[in-house]
Parts: sequence; C-alpha cells; structure tokens
Amino acid sequence: MDPVFLSRLQFAAATMFHFLFVPLTLGISVIIAYMETKYARTGEEVYLRMTKFWGKLFLINFALGVVTGITLEFQFGTNWSRYSEYVGDVFGSLLAIEASVAFFLESTFIGIWIFGWKKMSAKAHAGVMWVVAAAGNLSGIWILTANGFMQNPVGYTIRNGRAELTDFFAVLFNYHGILEILHVLPSGLLVSSFFIMGISAYHLLKKQEIDLFTRSFKIALFVGLASSIIVALVGDFHGVNVAKTQPAKLAAMESHWETQTRAPIVLFAIPDESREKNLIEIGSIPGILSFLGFHDFNATVIGLKDIPKDERPPVLPTFIGFRTMVGIGTLLILLTIYGWFKRDKLMESPTYLKWMLFSIPLPYIAIEMGWVVSEVGRQPWIVYGVLKTSDAVSPIAGNQVLFSLIGFIIVYGMLGALGFYLISKYAKQGPEAAATK
Amino acid sequence: MLLQYTWFYLWGLLWAVFFMTDGFDFGIGTLYPFLGKSDRDKRVMINSIGPLWDGNEVWLITAGGVTFAAFPQVYATMFSSLYTPLMLILFALIFRGVAFEFRGKIESNGWKKLWDTFIFLGSFLPALLFGVAFANIFQGIPFDGDGIYHGNTLKLLNPYGLLGGVLFVLLFLQHGANWLNIKTTGELRERSILVSKKIWLFLVPVAVIFLIASYFTTSLYENYFKTPALFLVILATVAALFATRFFIEKQLFFKAWFASALTIVGAIFFGVIGLFPALFPSSMDKAFSLTAFNASSSPLTLKIMLGVVLVFIPIVIIYQAWAYHFFKEPVTQEDLDMDEAY
Repeated sequence: MDPVFLSRLQFAAATMFHFLFVPLTLGISVIIAYMETKYARTGEEVYLRMTKFWGKLFLINFALGVVTGITLEFQFGTNWSRYSEYVGDVFGSLLAIEASVAFFLESTFIGIWIFGWKKMSAKAHAGVMWVVAAAGNLSGIWILTANGFMQNPVGYTIRNGRAELTDFFAVLFNYHGILEILHVLPSGLLVSSFFIMGISAYHLLKKQEIDLFTRSFKIALFVGLASSIIVALVGDFHGVNVAKTQPAKLAAMESHWETQTRAPIVLFAIPDESREKNLIEIGSIPGILSFLGFHDFNATVIGLKDIPKDERPPVLPTFIGFRTMVGIGTLLILLTIYGWFKRDKLMESPTYLKWMLFSIPLPYIAIEMGWVVSEVGRQPWIVYGVLKTSDAVSPIAGNQVLFSLIGFIIVYGMLGALGFYLISKYAKQGPEAAATK
Repeated sequence: MLLQYTWFYLWGLLWAVFFMTDGFDFGIGTLYPFLGKSDRDKRVMINSIGPLWDGNEVWLITAGGVTFAAFPQVYATMFSSLYTPLMLILFALIFRGVAFEFRGKIESNGWKKLWDTFIFLGSFLPALLFGVAFANIFQGIPFDGDGIYHGNTLKLLNPYGLLGGVLFVLLFLQHGANWLNIKTTGELRERSILVSKKIWLFLVPVAVIFLIASYFTTSLYENYFKTPALFLVILATVAALFATRFFIEKQLFFKAWFASALTIVGAIFFGVIGLFPALFPSSMDKAFSLTAFNASSSPLTLKIMLGVVLVFIPIVIIYQAWAYHFFKEPVTQEDLDMDEAY
C-alpha cells in the first residue's frame, strides 16, 4: 500500500472531522459570551437560561473538537516527517506558539467556566467566557497563519537542505494567511448562527420557550447576516489572490483548460482530466472568470493545459468543491436577508422556520468544501512551489498507516455519531426549567 | 551553542511539566475502577480533575509543538519511528477526553460502564506507553542516518522498556492518589489515603530497580560520572519520593502532592540529563543520534521561540496556578449537583 496516498487520506479524514467541530466552537463561544454578558448586565433570567442551554451544546461539541485536534499536531511527525524536517524551522514554531499563547488559555479557562458558576460573580464568569472565545479564535489565527505559509510560503530561504526562517513578520503578515483568517473565522460565526437559528426554529415551530428562542434567533440572525456577507466579500479577495499566486488552483476551481482572455465561467461542466477538456459544458458566460480573478473582463486567465501535467491539482474535487461552497454561501446570504424582514414575525412564518431548521447542515458542507478547494487545489504541492506532497511523507510502511487509518475511521465515525446524537438530544430537550438556578 | 543548550533543557522541562500535571489525571483515571466503589465515588473522582485535566493536556501539545519548533528533525524522526505506540496514546487520549464529557449525558448503567472503561484505558495506556517510550529512548532507538526506523513496535516491549512503563504508571498512581487525598472527603478519602501509602511501597523498589537497570542497559550515567555534582538530581528525586510518604503520614496532603510532582520532574530529568546532548539517540550508531546541536532549528527560530516561551509560559503557569488554587477545595455535593458537573 502506498503510504503517500494513505497518509493523505488519513490527514484529510482527521482534519475534515476535526473541522466539523471547530467552527461551531469558535463562533458559538462568542455568541454565548455575548448572551452571558447580557445576563450579567441586566440580570434577566432568560439570558442565563439561554447561556446554559447553548453552553451545554457548545461543551459537547467542544470536547470533540479538542480531542480530535491533538492527533493533528502529531500527524505532521508521524506521517509527514520529511515535511516536518524540511519546513519545521518555520512551520513548527507557529504550532508551538499556538499552544503556548492561545490553546493553554482556552483549555484552562473552559475548565473555570464549566466548574466556576457558583464560585464567582456573574460578570467575572461572563468575562471567563470572553477569554475562552478570544483564545479559541486566537488559536485559529495561528493555525491559519501556518496554513497560509503552506499556501504561499514567505519569509524563508533554502539553507542547510531545508527551509529556514529569515523574516518572522513576513510569515505573520502573509497576505494569504490574513485572507484565510478573515474568511475562516467569520465562517465559524456563520456556522454557529445557522446552528442557533435552526435549533431555535425547531422549538418555535413547537411553540416551546418562545421568548428564549425568539431572542436567540434574533441574536443569531444578526450574526448570520453580517458573517455571511463578510465571508463572501473576503472570499472574493481570496479569488483574486489565488489568481495571482496559484494559477493552477484557479484553473482547477473553474475546470478551465485553455489560456484565454475574456475567460468564461461555466455554470455546469463535467471535467475530463485525461482528455484535458470538459465533457459537457452548459451555460458559459464569457469574461466572468477574468473578472473574478483579476477584476477585469479582458484579463488573461491561464488554462490547465499550460500548466505541466505533474503540477496540476485534481480538477474534479476542486471544481465541485468551489461550486458547492459558493452556491451554498449565496443561499445563506439570501436566507438571512429574507429572515431580516421576517425577524419580528417569526411565529407567523412557519415555512421560513422550517427552512432554517433544515439549513443547519448547509454551512458545514460549505466550509468543508472550502477546505477541499484550498487543500486539494494546492496539490501536488504540500508547500506551494517548494515541496511536493509525495516528497513529504514519512519513511514508514504502508500497512502501519492502513491500520491507523482504519482506526481513525472507526473511532471518529463512532464518536461523531454519538456526539451529534447527544447534541441533537440536548438540543431537542430544550433549556432547563426556570428558576432552578 | 548556548541557545541549543538552553533549548535542550527547556524541551526536557516541558515534557516533565506535562507528566507532572497530566500525570495525576492519568493516575486518578487508573485508580478509578478500583477506588470508585459507587457512582458517587466515581463522579467525585472525575470531578476532582474536571476543571483541570484539559489545561494539563495542553502541556503535551506544547511539548510536542516545541519539539517541532526547536528540533524539527527530532520531531520528525521520533514520531515517525514511534508511529504505532504514539497512535495508541493519541486514541487513548481521545477516548479519555470524550469519556469525561459523555459519561453523565445519558442516564443508563450500560452507557456509564462503557465510558468508565474508557476513562480507565484512556488513562492507564498513555501512562504505560509513555513510560515504555521514554525508557526505550533512554536506551536508544534503532534508526539510521536517514531517519529511517529499523525496529518494530513489539521490540519496544523489552524488559527495560516495560520497567519504564511500570515506573511511570506507579509514579502517576502515587501522584493521582495524592491529589485525591486533597480533593475527597469521608470514606473515599480514607481509602485513598490507604492506597496512596500502598502505592508508595511498590514505587520505591521499582524506582530503585529502574535506577540500577539504567546503569546496565543505558549509557545515561556517563554524564553523571563526568560531572558527579549531577548525582544531586538523583538524590533530590529520591528525597522527594521519601518526602511524599512523610507528608502523607503527617496528613499534609498538599505537600505530599508537591513532593510527588517533584519526584516526577526529577525522574524525567534523571533521563534528560543522562541523554544530553542527545534528544533521540540511535542504537545503531552513535553518529546517527539526533542531538541538541545537529538537529536544532536555525538560531533565528530558536531566538524567537525562546522569547515566546520566556514570556508566555510564566503567564500560563500563573493562570494555571490560579485555577488550581481556585479549585483546591474538596469536591462537595453542591459541586456534583451542578448541571455542568461531569
């Protein structure tokens, strides 16, 4: 068995699974901190019960996010040792800083938040939640900066047979990394807002706890509207940056084969990589791809044919991933705008509430697809233009990886199923009865 | 030179602090099925570490991250060579973390028993395997000049490796029982005190055998004979071990817990000092060994990371110490009744 392929599969499974939980952790912690602050300021019990209800779902989700994160850090060493040796000088420090600056803070304060309810004032306790929320997002910033280096390596030189750091600030302020941060962190808020709106819709449809869930819905609606627009706007900057720095990825995102000016986008296509063309193309709109990539309808966009075969990313997943992400992203904007006009008559809009309930998975799918575009689209490079994925794998036997991969699939599959079962169980159960706290 | 020197010992220190903090969590998880007679006992035990275990586990992430940042080649070779044991440890830790959160979420005996098993395995296995792994590192690992591993996982279970595993388990059991002496009350506390004394009776001979076996199977003592003053570290560790027992007898449980913490740090430093300058010695040829000098990051990275660590680790220690202080009282019924409790 080929350790490269298996290791890629394993890393993909582990990161994608981890990322089912991380965005909710990042986003909902901010929203819960806001709710608890409302409680601390006003003393209104509905905000306390709201905090506790969403907090419980948050904690189940948090546990799964934490435990699945540990394996990721170590997989660079276990499965990608050549990568680790080659770029550890730059990349390793970002992970170490993430742990010492952010993750410690998050993990220590989450314990205080969970067990400290009766040991501190309401304001101090809400403050603890703000620390958890800030630290979680700070963790994200470091991890995305590390990923930004893999996408667009800067601030290094090749010396002593490896990439050595020359300019730490170039790595920190890597434009690619900053765009990732501005795209991914708001997408955490977006996932969380749809999570809250969907579950609130469930209870509103059942006419339970109307006050609590109307308020929750409205808070989330505001967050959802703002974040869905920000995610899309930053996504546009991202497209322009990819066009400039990773032409192969852009071409794969659009299954664009021929280099041309006034490059079109196609609404639907089936890419055929062996024959270097699209089998079917429907709805080609000229100039749009040039505009998306370069903000100029006449710009030249490099086609896949002009990229050496061994430097092309797999087209199909990149192409489908991009379409799914953008399609869902657009839908989410429409759903929140529509909701904005319905916000004061939610109870009279059961159809909209039903849509929102069934929309819970949508942002999850969109963000997973976003990572497919980002990571599969970067192939065959593990560090763009510097190191190929096939040269990065550990000198280990394939069957070792096969066993751990099977382990990952079984364990993660089981834990994921249980985790989502528990989240839905407690989501349906609703908040604790009033006046018990 | 000085940078690499500093980083070598910082590296050792971060691993030692991980074992010192998460060590008592592992110990309590291992004692869990034996000391926890009732559901209430069990809940007291997991809630005694409830607010702290997550922050403790981050020391592992930090120790791993710092190995990556300061000694990328060690990180790469160590974790790819020890692939299978490390994966087992990681899976065990996943189950442990999830078990704490999930156990109380469904009221059913079968459900609770399932997660009880995972709390035990998720604590015992990492304790044992970390011990086996470190003892094997003390002996040297069969890898060549290209960082390619030539051993197999079963060979790690050699007598010295297993002895290291048993030593780690006992150290953590002692440390965990000492924490329970602080955090429990009533009958459970009586049993915990009794157990903490019994564990000590096993720990002392195993520690002595380990020190002797290290002389015959490793070259750790070379550094000590070169600089005999270093023997003070071993002496201090042994002193801490005896102080543990003394303080338990005097019912000074915080002091006993500090003493077992020092014993763990001392045990790790016994090995780290002996290893110097190697972080990951090769048993095939000394020339292949990865040392602080041939496997470190560039001076710039080492400097930046030193700045980060010197600023942030003290801050972490301050707020973690505050968290420990905040939760130092024994677990009460009121704590257990809280909706958020495990």
